[in-house]
Amino acid sequence: LALTLSSCSFTSNRRTQTRVYIKGKNCEDQCVLQHSNRICVITLAESHPILQNGNTIKSINYQISAGCSRLQNKVSGKSKRGGQFLTELAPLCRITCTEGVEYTIYSCIRGRLLEVNEGILERPELLLEKPSTEGYIAVILPKLEESKTVTNGLLSREEYENILSKRTSSTQQGPKTEPEPC
Amino acid sequence: MMLPLKENDRPIVKKLLEAGCCARCVLRFCFLEVQSAYRQPYEDTAKELLAFINDEETNVTKDSAVQDQLTKDPPSKKIKLDTAKTDVQAEGDSALVPTVTEEGGARLVKSDVCVVCLGVLQEFCDEAYATKVCFFPFHYYNLYLFYSFSPLLCYVQFIITTLSYLKISKGDWLHYDQGIQYQSKVWTHLLIQGRPCCFAFLDCSEKSLILWLNSFEGAHAPNFVLLPFLLFFFRKFPCPPTRPASKCVAQDVQCLHVSVFVAGRYNKFSRTLPQTPWVIDGERRMESSVEELIAAPLLSSFRAKGFNFSSSGREDVDVRTLGNGRPFALELLNPHRARFNKAEIRQLQETINQSSDKIRVRDLQIVNAMGHMKEGEEDKTKSYSALIWTQKAIDKDDITFLEETKELKLAQKTPLRVLHRRPLTVRERVIHTMSTRFLDAHHFHLVLRTQAGTYIKEFVHGDFGRTKPNLCDLLKTDTDILELDVESVDVDWPPPVPE
Repeated sequence: LALTLSSCSFTSNRRTQTRVYIKGKNCEDQCVLQHSNRICVITLAESHPILQNGNTIKSINYQISAGCSRLQNKVSGKSKRGGQFLTELAPLCRITCTEGVEYTIYSCIRGRLLEVNEGILERPELLLEKPSTEGYIAVILPKLEESKTVTNGLLSREEYENILSKRTSSTQQGPKTEPEPC
Repeated sequence: MMLPLKENDRPIVKKLLEAGCCARCVLRFCFLEVQSAYRQPYEDTAKELLAFINDEETNVTKDSAVQDQLTKDPPSKKIKLDTAKTDVQAEGDSALVPTVTEEGGARLVKSDVCVVCLGVLQEFCDEAYATKVCFFPFHYYNLYLFYSFSPLLCYVQFIITTLSYLKISKGDWLHYDQGIQYQSKVWTHLLIQGRPCCFAFLDCSEKSLILWLNSFEGAHAPNFVLLPFLLFFFRKFPCPPTRPASKCVAQDVQCLHVSVFVAGRYNKFSRTLPQTPWVIDGERRMESSVEELIAAPLLSSFRAKGFNFSSSGREDVDVRTLGNGRPFALELLNPHRARFNKAEIRQLQETINQSSDKIRVRDLQIVNAMGHMKEGEEDKTKSYSALIWTQKAIDKDDITFLEETKELKLAQKTPLRVLHRRPLTVRERVIHTMSTRFLDAHHFHLVLRTQAGTYIKEFVHGDFGRTKPNLCDLLKTDTDILELDVESVDVDWPPPVPE
């Protein structure tokens, strides 16, 4: 058996998945895993500040505004009627870490919200331990006609790693008068 | 035979004949459901109807208009049969007068075209015509000719019915109701979008407006929005309708055989064969499929035009189906040959099995219907065997506890891999038993017997934690499934065929 497997739970699935990255402000990078049936899973990227420096999570809040909670999202039927339609900058949730910093996690793609991860509400450590699998943030269904283009312009693994290495090298160059943009 | 007509029917029969109905249509409007009344030759029915209306104590004189319709005696008229026209002359203003030619001899002629059925129940019901239809490349043992009417003809019938009933039996609501009900499905659907309600009827000769209630779904209040439309309608479509100049002409005859159902069980030995054709955006992604391999020899032997494939569950492309196989049923559409004996069916099964080593079929048989494949789907159990990979190194003792785990209840959210086409929901399923066979530090064999409808792959890798509990939780390590086989589908149908 040729076994070149990672711990990704999708390897058994013979269909292809693509993983793309979104560079965020202040290194708040996120990741989108798109299945070949166009379903997308939104997660934090490994470089996200929440996942650094042994943080602990104080709270996760899906109530993003007075009138809108992602927890109220209810879809029904095969066509997933009722799911909140999201654009790239739509907030999914706000996560507060123990030092009091609040981070907003964004949708990053256009599509209908199917579900948010309630498991991390009960066990926030899931987000820290398994950010790419059990600690996912949300599942989004892009429109059929947009399914191929919804990840256009997002970063491939290679491009993402380039950016990561540029960040590390820039910090290694020593402090400048202004902090380098991430 | 004596037609079972009632006293009440007499004026109706008379009215309908005057309006130009043929004998069989008259029977229909009298709600005669005795089949033999329709099967007897048209002439006999016509004669009996004539006798029936003449058989009145008070009325001995023969109504000549009625006589003309049935016997053409005297004077004899024979409408020239114009084969070019097939539409109903329903426009009241531009009615066409049928051309008649005088021909000698008083005889029973059925050449007057019925205003309702346009000759469908006259000539087209003849034995002669049925014989013509029989000369088609079908194998058959019984032939039934069914006639259905287009909506336009239904309108015409509606007019006739209502006219006759209203003129004759004004106070008899029951009749009205039956009259409406007879046609109401077409009428209400086309006019009121499915909501039956009150009808307005403009009696053309008496110029009065009569309302009656349709108790098809209980009495409703009059719907006054409808009235202008109905007035317009009855101006355009007079009662009775004008006589057609010619009868219908059959432009084409299409024969359709009832579907034949072939059932069996199939094995799938390939990990690159989908059950149904895999086509995305018009492009075929994988060659062939289980259903095509099974259907091909059947389509040609039964000379069928198409098929519908159905099975007791499905397996993924990369999953083999072993053991006794999965029950399936194939509906063969419009087969030109439908009867095969057991030896011929066995031969067909052999042909399928020889055609490919990717599948195997057993217990092939003709059945009456799809059977109970889908019924009680959640009561059935299925057995699987899987090759499991673990991230953490394991030893024999780490997995023995799985053998003791019985009736494990799972809560499975719709797997992400099928979520695009299934509703999002949580399914509770049970894994009845498990057994293991250790292979090496990162692999073992797992055999499971589960409730039907359990997603095995998701139980193993957890599907982002959306199946709980899952094997990763139980073994406290990331796990994945490398291979999956269906070992048995525990459904009793179709019955086994001894080899």
